[in-house]
Amino acid sequence: MSAEVQPGELTPRITARQLSRRRRRAAWRDGWTQFRRHRSGMVGLVVLAFFVLLAVAAPLIAHADGLEVTRATGGVLEPPSAGYWLGTDDKGRSVLTLLIWGTRVSLLVGLLATVISMVIGTLVGLLSGYFGGRAGAVLFRLTEWFLVIPFLPLAIVLATVLGPSLLTIAFVIGVTSWPGTALLIRSQTLSIKERAYLERARALGGGRWHQIRRHILPNVMPMVFANTTLTVTIAILAETTLSFLGLGDPTRISWGSMLDDAYTVGAITTGSWWFIVPPGVCVVLVVLSFNLVGQALEDVLDPRLRGRR
Amino acid sequence: MTESEHGPLLSIEGLSVTYRTGAGEVPAVREVDLTVGRGEIVGVAGESGCGKSTLASSVLRLQPPSAKVEGRVLVHGQDVLTMNWGDLRALRWAGASIVFQGALHSLNPVQRVGRQLAEPIELHEPALARGTVDGRIGELLEQVGLPAERAASYPHQLSGGQRQRVMIAMALACRPDLVIADEPTTALDVMVQSQVLGVLSGLVAELGVGMLFISHDLSVLADLCDRIAVMYAGRVVEMGAADEIFTRPLHPYAAALSAAFPRIGDPAARYAPAGLGGDPPDLRSLPPGCSFAPRCTRVVEACLAAEPPLEDHGAGRSAACIRVGES
Amino acid sequence: MTEGLLTATGVVVEFAARGGAVARALDGADLQLASGEIVALVGESGSGKTTLARTLLGLEKPTAGEIRFDGRPLVHSTRRLRALRRRVQLVLQDPAGALNPRHTVYESVAEGLRIHRLVEADPQGRPETELVAAALASAGLRPPESMFLRYPHELSGGQRQRVLIAGALAMGPDLLVADEPVSSLDASIRGEILALLLKLRDELGLGVLVVTHDLGLAWNIADRVAVMYLGRIVESGPTEEVLSRPRHPYTRALLSVVPETERMEPVVLRGEIPDPTRIPGGCRFHPRCPALADGTADAAGVADACRGTALPVLSADVEGHHVACHLHPGED
Repeated sequence: MSAEVQPGELTPRITARQLSRRRRRAAWRDGWTQFRRHRSGMVGLVVLAFFVLLAVAAPLIAHADGLEVTRATGGVLEPPSAGYWLGTDDKGRSVLTLLIWGTRVSLLVGLLATVISMVIGTLVGLLSGYFGGRAGAVLFRLTEWFLVIPFLPLAIVLATVLGPSLLTIAFVIGVTSWPGTALLIRSQTLSIKERAYLERARALGGGRWHQIRRHILPNVMPMVFANTTLTVTIAILAETTLSFLGLGDPTRISWGSMLDDAYTVGAITTGSWWFIVPPGVCVVLVVLSFNLVGQALEDVLDPRLRGRR
Repeated sequence: MTESEHGPLLSIEGLSVTYRTGAGEVPAVREVDLTVGRGEIVGVAGESGCGKSTLASSVLRLQPPSAKVEGRVLVHGQDVLTMNWGDLRALRWAGASIVFQGALHSLNPVQRVGRQLAEPIELHEPALARGTVDGRIGELLEQVGLPAERAASYPHQLSGGQRQRVMIAMALACRPDLVIADEPTTALDVMVQSQVLGVLSGLVAELGVGMLFISHDLSVLADLCDRIAVMYAGRVVEMGAADEIFTRPLHPYAAALSAAFPRIGDPAARYAPAGLGGDPPDLRSLPPGCSFAPRCTRVVEACLAAEPPLEDHGAGRSAACIRVGES
Repeated sequence: MTEGLLTATGVVVEFAARGGAVARALDGADLQLASGEIVALVGESGSGKTTLARTLLGLEKPTAGEIRFDGRPLVHSTRRLRALRRRVQLVLQDPAGALNPRHTVYESVAEGLRIHRLVEADPQGRPETELVAAALASAGLRPPESMFLRYPHELSGGQRQRVLIAGALAMGPDLLVADEPVSSLDASIRGEILALLLKLRDELGLGVLVVTHDLGLAWNIADRVAVMYLGRIVESGPTEEVLSRPRHPYTRALLSVVPETERMEPVVLRGEIPDPTRIPGGCRFHPRCPALADGTADAAGVADACRGTALPVLSADVEGHHVACHLHPGED
């Protein structure tokens, strides 16, 4: 599985950096080959790629004017037709346009929130796991405290205090979802800390920073990656929820805000399914795809499962 | 009934076990013949990859279903490999039992030791009264040198040596005629090891069970066993009386294994560690000819032509090497 | 008496055990290590041998007593310890676990070089790849370049152990501490690794402390042997002396049950090594001592001493055969 260097192939000019680059390339290649074998992972990846493309290409596919209420051309809550593939909303806008543009917000906020959550969670988890004693205990208590705080009330309070905006939502989600990651990374760090190769690193003279950077972090990263994809799903669902509750930016469309609008205008009672179902389906698809990719990644990155193939 | 009383307890005839893996076929055991009689301790010496654990599990037909098995394994005259399911279940534990490698880690940590000992008894003799079972458990513990009160302990309350003795007691729970011990003392201290070996040889003498003792430590086998079979790359390469094999081995591998355990007090062994070069055999790609040839110090051209058969060299000794007997 | 490179004086290491009791893993040990000799620290589990080795390396802090490195007391700060680690290296027990599964052989061997920035300090200006190749070659892995990009799980047990040794050699240490260097390897491979340790002593002048339960190993390669029981060294001296003419009843019993010992009637001790939270009073071995049980101690008039009088810590003197036993007064 590694690139073999044959005797004689080593010229005096090859450096350690070239060797490590060679190894890294080989590792990526192998990882991708293994990932490809997961049918479910590939399906998830394709679906995600589709949505990402949608988000990026939004201005090209659906004109931004379609979001303006003042320039709405359709009738109120019209069912799907040749002109409007997914019908119109209560203000006459094309639901399809809203959906496409909504992809941007949902994905962006989801990813931003995830980044915030993962950075805080990994840092706190790593440090509280590695440093025992008072520092570690303090960080652990902090984690537990944040874990216990009910998400929704805190989110509502923060959103109210900070003002309704996408950044607020991302911040709120990030700040409330990191404890799960932290606990996971912490327990992983605790177990890695006791491994023999950590003892060897200490015996070689490696200080704390060396141990964390060269040994603990690389062995924790697979879990971090796998957990990231799962966190994204939480973030997207949370964003949907918060937007649905009206805590998001009122000027921006997201799938959650679409659901909120639909609910407010009574789309259920009028039977205007084209307003409710598409955003819901999109949320489910994105969340499911992230999950599938995450599971496949976990499999690929876990060295213990590697040998079984 | 008569056949089992007169024939050997265990008779392995031409056993070959091949595993089917993603990387191809792996011949773990290749045409092994072995017998164990009542009250006899037969040792199987070998290192990783020699097939000894596969051999052990074959006696109770515990190999994975995908494995290809040929030959016969006769326990009390009946072929284990072709037995019907009912007979096999009856055989497992009541006819023959195994003390597995790493057994001291195999105890259920949340059950008391007595409960775990009772399990095989209750499975094989469900009609027994609770009191009788408890009595039997007490007897078993005392047979292995533990006080009967230990039945109320949890595994974590016992030391490594004590847990290993519990595993031996468990192997004896249903009064089998044949016990297979796969590296039963490997993880134990030297003093505890000698205690456990004492228990085992005592049991063989007292109960007349036959024992197949598997270990990589040839010196332990030389002390304990009556006969030894040395295995390499799935085949038996030497067989004979225990102390003979240790002091005057015929096959170069047996010689290397014996030399790896220096006699303390022997000045020739000072500053002269004896070892074997090369790597353990890769069963997926064995060389043509003798599988030991790549590491053998006495290899000649003829060794690479064909796998040498196990030849009789008199007095119950046999070795699979074409250079035995040369000056 | 010249001072050794690394010495332990009266070292005591205590751990907190379950239920608030204090376990004395090491209860007073004196030991001297110098380059150019192989010392075997022999004992069963619970004897304290691993604790002593780790304390000598600075991986454990002694509760009492002192470790001196190069004549100066060892301070447990990262910087001071780093200087120690460059010259005293550890080779761990389990080669499979001791190598980071995500690092290649090259990276594992180069790790020490990078921590101590030895490439910049190399007087001959050799690049890192050359230093790594040299270390691998010294450990018997040839051609070294073919190992560079291999991962630990692709190697055999013997190869992994050699990689660990190469990683230690890369820094040019004076002393190697090997904790059970061959116990997880196949029997026939052991000889090679032991021969390597001897070669390192002869060709590089390395000193080696081998921590092991295997007396045969000590007979094979050790110049001196120290036998430990329940946290103390009970007998020490030149290997031929201690293993052919053992004086302490524990050493005798241990030798007698090892199958490889010639011509000794097995003395199987009863019970197991006591809990380090409850070290017996007097001579710590007296509850299991065959000499006390069979009357030899009574005949010599020391039976009461065995039960009541504690023995002093055995001297670290490198010459001479020392034993901590009431039957041999004045030989400590």
